[in-house]
Order: sequence, then structure tokens, then C-alpha cells
Amino acid sequence: MSGLVHGAVYGVLILAVVLTTSGLWIWGERKFAARLQTRLGPTIVGPFGLLQAVADVLKLLQKEDIIPAQADRALFNLAPVLAAFCALGVAAVIPFSPDVIASDLDVGVLYILGLGALTTIAIFLGGWASNNKFALLGGMRSVAQAISYEIPLVLAAMVPVILAGSLSVSDIVRWQVGHHMFALWPIVPGLPAFGIFFMAMLAESNRIPFDIPEAESELVGGITTEYTGIKFTLFYMAEYVHTLVGSAVAAALFLGGWDGPFAPGLHWMVAKTLVLFVSVYWIRWSLVRFRSDQLLTMCWRYLVPASVLLVLAAALWVQLFPEFL
Amino acid sequence: MNQGIAALSFLGVTFGIVMSLLIAGRILRVRARVESPLKHRPYECGEEPEGMAWMQFHARYYLVALFFVLFDVEAVFLFPWSTVIRSLGTSTLIEVVAFVLVLMIGWLYGMRKGALKWQ
Repeated sequence: MSGLVHGAVYGVLILAVVLTTSGLWIWGERKFAARLQTRLGPTIVGPFGLLQAVADVLKLLQKEDIIPAQADRALFNLAPVLAAFCALGVAAVIPFSPDVIASDLDVGVLYILGLGALTTIAIFLGGWASNNKFALLGGMRSVAQAISYEIPLVLAAMVPVILAGSLSVSDIVRWQVGHHMFALWPIVPGLPAFGIFFMAMLAESNRIPFDIPEAESELVGGITTEYTGIKFTLFYMAEYVHTLVGSAVAAALFLGGWDGPFAPGLHWMVAKTLVLFVSVYWIRWSLVRFRSDQLLTMCWRYLVPASVLLVLAAALWVQLFPEFL
Repeated sequence: MNQGIAALSFLGVTFGIVMSLLIAGRILRVRARVESPLKHRPYECGEEPEGMAWMQFHARYYLVALFFVLFDVEAVFLFPWSTVIRSLGTSTLIEVVAFVLVLMIGWLYGMRKGALKWQ
């Protein structure tokens, strides 16, 4: 099968699954959050409120499209498209099983980091083009936070690259399968790198405790203040997809991807991704948000040197125990 | 199979899905019966909007950006090294440690100076 057809077929399949999951999670998250807070959540629309997701999406599609008079129209329209495009596009190089992968790029990790980082630009474009003070403040905070946490993210992702000696995501998973890295082995660079990656991923997708870019008690809606209808939906969707795809990347890079006993690889990969995805929302509904300066201090003072040390530790491990690898 | 073409084709599908969502929104959306100029005013919690939002940035963000460029360039230099580390041996590792050390001295200096302190 040629690359063109393969990419398109797997693109449709994978994106359909990703979009359905994040769409259903509108219902899932509301139900989940409600249970955490001893409420019932949606119960009216359909059995157990299951059709709530459909109702929400239909409502959002019907909303009037308002563009502020003073906004930069071109950038205002471009931003949500770019955000959704970048968040979804990352899914191209994620191996869901040895066969289920849209494109096994040999620079997969760089592709993920590069396209993932573009989301920041989309968010700032939205904040800037709205010509709204809340949106601009949200955009500025978002950029400051995202570029800060980009460093630990990139350096933590470098640890499995060093251990596996390849930038291809499926090669990294294959290395983990070969070395039974089910429990993040070797522990020294592996486990803290996973922690830092997961934390930086939360920050990149603006999730609590890192959600100051859209702190609704101070910034109304942050960058989405002026957005309505489908454009708001695209931003919102991009955030969910970013979290879901980020969980899949973390599962592939650190948790052994499709590796696991008794069940087919695809099931293991999906299970690992969903566990990470749900824990993101568990964290979201359990913690409070930090202050902007606390976030930046934590990143630059602790996470950056820690991730630099982890990269060097991984390099040292490869040098000291080449026979283990 | 050419993986690069597959990735591009995937991105094409992604773009198509995003655009079709936009078009669905355009078809299904409700149009206002009465246009009101107030609707197109920047939202400032009901207050009269005060001036434009396009203003100069706080210098703090400039410093964060400067730090980001430094460390991102470091990461760019480390990535090619990270894939061939096994064949290059210990001497390269020492060189990389020296390279990172120089950068971390700069980091320490910046932190001591309170470059990212919020006041």
C-alpha cells in the first residue's frame, strides 16, 4: 500500500477514534467530576445522560458566529483551525500496535515536539487577534507557561530517545518491549523523566494545576473569551485532543506502548493511554490552580535542571551498561 | 512505503476534518435577526471598553523567552547526539557534559540575579 493511501486510511480511522473519544469525554468528564463532588452529573439527555455529548456538540454548532469589530479577522479565524490541526496532527506518528500506525517517521519524536509546540502559537494568535484584554492576558500567560515547560518536556522526551538510540516512536516502543521496560526501567532516568514529561504535558495542554491561561475567576474565558460557536468548539476540542494525544505519547515513550501480557498490543496501548487521560482529569478536578509566578519558578528552578541531569544520567547509563541495552 | 508521504497524507486528512467541522458550523449556525453593534464590542464584563488591548508586553515575558531560546537551542544540539551516543563513546559524553555545564553556569547566574523573580 502506498504511503498516500496508508496515511489517509489510517488518518481517517485514528482521527475518528480520537475525536469520538474526546467527544464522549464531554459526557465522561462531567459525570466523573460530578461523582468526585457527590453530584449526579448529566442525567436528562438519553440513558444516564449519555447523549449529552451529542446535545452539547449540536448546541455549539448552532451558535451564532461573532467576530469582534476591532479584531484582526484573518488571524482570529486562523487561530482555532491551527490549534485543532496541530493537536490532531500529532496522532500521525503514535504507534497503537506494531501495525496500527499512520506514519512510522524516523524523526517521530521531533515531529511530535514540533507540531505540539505550534499549538502555543495558535493559542497566542487567538489571544492577540481577539483584541480583548482578557484574551491577550490569557495568551501571554499561555505563551510564557508553554515555552517554559517546553524545555523539561523536550529534555524528558530525550531520555527514552537516548536509551533506545532512535527518534522513531515505534523503535522506542520496540526497545522497551525488548527490555521489558514495563515498569519504566531503568528506574533512575526513566521514572523521573516520565513524571516530568507528564507534568510538562499538563502544562502544555493548560490543565489544572497549570490552567492560569484561562483562569476563569480572573480572566473570564482567557483566550476563548471572544470566541463563539464552532471556533470556540475547535479550541475546546484542541485542548481535549491535546491531552488525549499527549497521554498516548507518554504511554508510547515511557510506559511500553503496546507491550503487555494476555491481551493484544492495541488493547494495552489504548488502556495505558486512557488511564493517563483519566488521571489528567482526576488531577484537574482534585487540585487548585497555582499562581503564574509559582509555575514559572517551579519550571525554571527545579524542572529544567532536573531534566538536564536526567538526560546526562541516561547518557551515562548507556555508556556504563551497554550490555543491558 | 514512504513514511514522510504518509505523514503528509495524514495531515491532509486532519486539515480536511477541521475544515469540514468549520463548514458544518457555517451551515448549521443561527444568524441574528437584529444586528446590534454592542455584540461586536470587546467583552469587558459589561463595562465600557477602555482603549485597545494591543499594548506593549511586560518585560518579564521577554526574559522567559530569552531563557527559552537558550535552552531550546541546547536541546536542538543534544538531539542529534542522543541518537548516536552509543557509537561515539565516553569522550563525547564528557564534551556534552562540558557544554551543558557552561549553560547551567549561565542558568545559575540568572537565578542568582533573580532574573525570573516576580515583583
